[in-house]
Amino acid sequence: MRPKSWKPWALLAPSMSAVFLLLVIPLCFVVVYSFWLRAPSGADIPAFQFGNYAKFFEDFFYPKILIRTIRISFETVILCVFMGYIPAYFFYRSESRYKKAFLLLIMLPFWVSFIIRTMSWINIMGDSGLINHFLLKIGLIQSPISMLYNEFTVLMGLIMYLLPFMVLNIYVSLEGIDKSLLEAARCMGCTEWQAFREVTLPLSLPGVSAGCLLVFVLTAGTYLPPMILGGPGNEMIANLIFKRIVGTLDWPFGSAISVILLSLLFVIVWTYNRYLGINQIFKSLQGN
Amino acid sequence: MATDEKQPIVQFKGILKRFGNVVAVEKMDFDIEEGSLVTLLGPSGCGKTTLLRMVAGLEEPTEGDIFIKGIRINDTPIHKRNLGMIFQNYALFPHKTIFDNVAFGLKYRDVSKEEVNKKVTRALEMVRLPGVENRMPSQLSGGQQQRIAMARAIVIEPDVLLMDEPLSALDENLREEMRREVDNLQQMLGVTTIFVTHDQREALSMSDKILVMKDGKKQQEGKPETVYNEPANHFVADFLGHSNFILGEVVDVDDHHVTVKIETGDILFAENKGGFSKSDQVEMIVRAQRFDAFPKDEFKPVEGMNHFQGRIKDRSYMGGEVSYFIELGTDREIHVISMMRTRIYDIGEEVSVQVSPHHCHLILIE
Repeated sequence: MRPKSWKPWALLAPSMSAVFLLLVIPLCFVVVYSFWLRAPSGADIPAFQFGNYAKFFEDFFYPKILIRTIRISFETVILCVFMGYIPAYFFYRSESRYKKAFLLLIMLPFWVSFIIRTMSWINIMGDSGLINHFLLKIGLIQSPISMLYNEFTVLMGLIMYLLPFMVLNIYVSLEGIDKSLLEAARCMGCTEWQAFREVTLPLSLPGVSAGCLLVFVLTAGTYLPPMILGGPGNEMIANLIFKRIVGTLDWPFGSAISVILLSLLFVIVWTYNRYLGINQIFKSLQGN
Repeated sequence: MATDEKQPIVQFKGILKRFGNVVAVEKMDFDIEEGSLVTLLGPSGCGKTTLLRMVAGLEEPTEGDIFIKGIRINDTPIHKRNLGMIFQNYALFPHKTIFDNVAFGLKYRDVSKEEVNKKVTRALEMVRLPGVENRMPSQLSGGQQQRIAMARAIVIEPDVLLMDEPLSALDENLREEMRREVDNLQQMLGVTTIFVTHDQREALSMSDKILVMKDGKKQQEGKPETVYNEPANHFVADFLGHSNFILGEVVDVDDHHVTVKIETGDILFAENKGGFSKSDQVEMIVRAQRFDAFPKDEFKPVEGMNHFQGRIKDRSYMGGEVSYFIELGTDREIHVISMMRTRIYDIGEEVSVQVSPHHCHLILIE
């Protein structure tokens, strides 16, 4: 053994123990809970049985929410890619002195509570919100249009929450592209658009891919936008978990749903990493 | 064509470039002849790269026109100028194979698939890297990457090859080797080349013509020998090689010589190349290598040569030659680089230094 091989471990210990205490142990609790029994009286009985899992797949009710969650997550990812790439590219190409200020604006929403930001849509799109108020005032409508509490508004809330993550991820990878590559492509006969397709786009994919992963995972685990901006039919899986654990205090079933979500996300992320070849992209970028 | 002169392929006419309030390139006229290798030489920030980038279309001139093959190209978009550009950092596409990198320009030039294969193979052979088609750029060394960048630029048979300090990222020995390779390749292909560098050795060894620049202004243009032996001003003499500058006044001019009285009161002769008259204030420029140093007691002055007495103040041994700083009486010293034809002198030793008037170049001080 080399004399100082313990040193990195000693330095890592504080953060490792934090991760262990605050993440791994609670997660183990959740896994253990998911096998417990819930007595009709409401008491949790330690046990090892798969009843909670069986209950989830008993009929189509719960799986349907899971599938909806995955679908909404995909939709959010796709919308965020398109809506995020454009501003990220704009910042990248901008030579404005205010570029840094613009980037700060992207971060600005993080300084306001996520709940407040989500709730603010009620003031904008609600029955007595800004838009209805305006339309009533100019006489375009006679009674308020109901715009909230559907999947569209849920998606809107999700995008509002997650878009900055996408923009920043893409921006960082765009910034990393050597500008002389673009010039080289242009000199060799590419129009600006062709140079974008040949150079900028492929080289920014690692950022897009990291952004997608982050947005997907965060969407799949969030419950606030569907709770505040969604209707009864727009529940996502995290709402279900929230209701089981906080609402009906059914820890075993809530834990089981959590474990199911976690496993599914794990499979998706693993497959994504393996087949979308992120590692390949990173490999080809090494040494430059 | 009826004219004897080779037709200039690239012409700058009154080119001026401003970045905000900063003038990067001052009004400049400059011609580049077909098939020649022209070096833009100068310290960093002298505008040489800006000039090159204006040919490529990566910068727009603020004023003036650029012509390629007699056609004004100011408004021709970058991708329609048939130019090959080589960058200092190679600028290979990291996500494409070597084949795709080299074939890149052909893809946008209506070339059939077999033709592309043939051309890429030939280009790789030319840069002496056959068989690397399927590798990624990151798998090659710096020198190899620069060769690929060259292959990529020449494969499209450009009208003009533009090189922006292509060798400065390489280490000393490799740079020497690549310099010769670029030179050979350029001669083999006969492609007009504009080469930007701050390295005088690169400029002197490769160029048909050198354009020396400083602060966006043209200092001198000419053949390497001309620029080196007959520098137009103090800057050029100082930038290229090791020079001694001696201030003085012209006291006599005859058919062969200009007689100059220097600060120390000594009288020196310079070859009369014309343009000087009595009482002109001049600066005499003598290359450090042009002096011969002799031991004081063995020295026999030769008629018509300039000579000094001095004492070795400092010396550095550089292998092939020795660099001396020789003190001439009052706080005047000269730099002498000797090829060690005799022996290495000791510090403090008295020596006699001799230089032919032929090697004393005069410039006027305004």
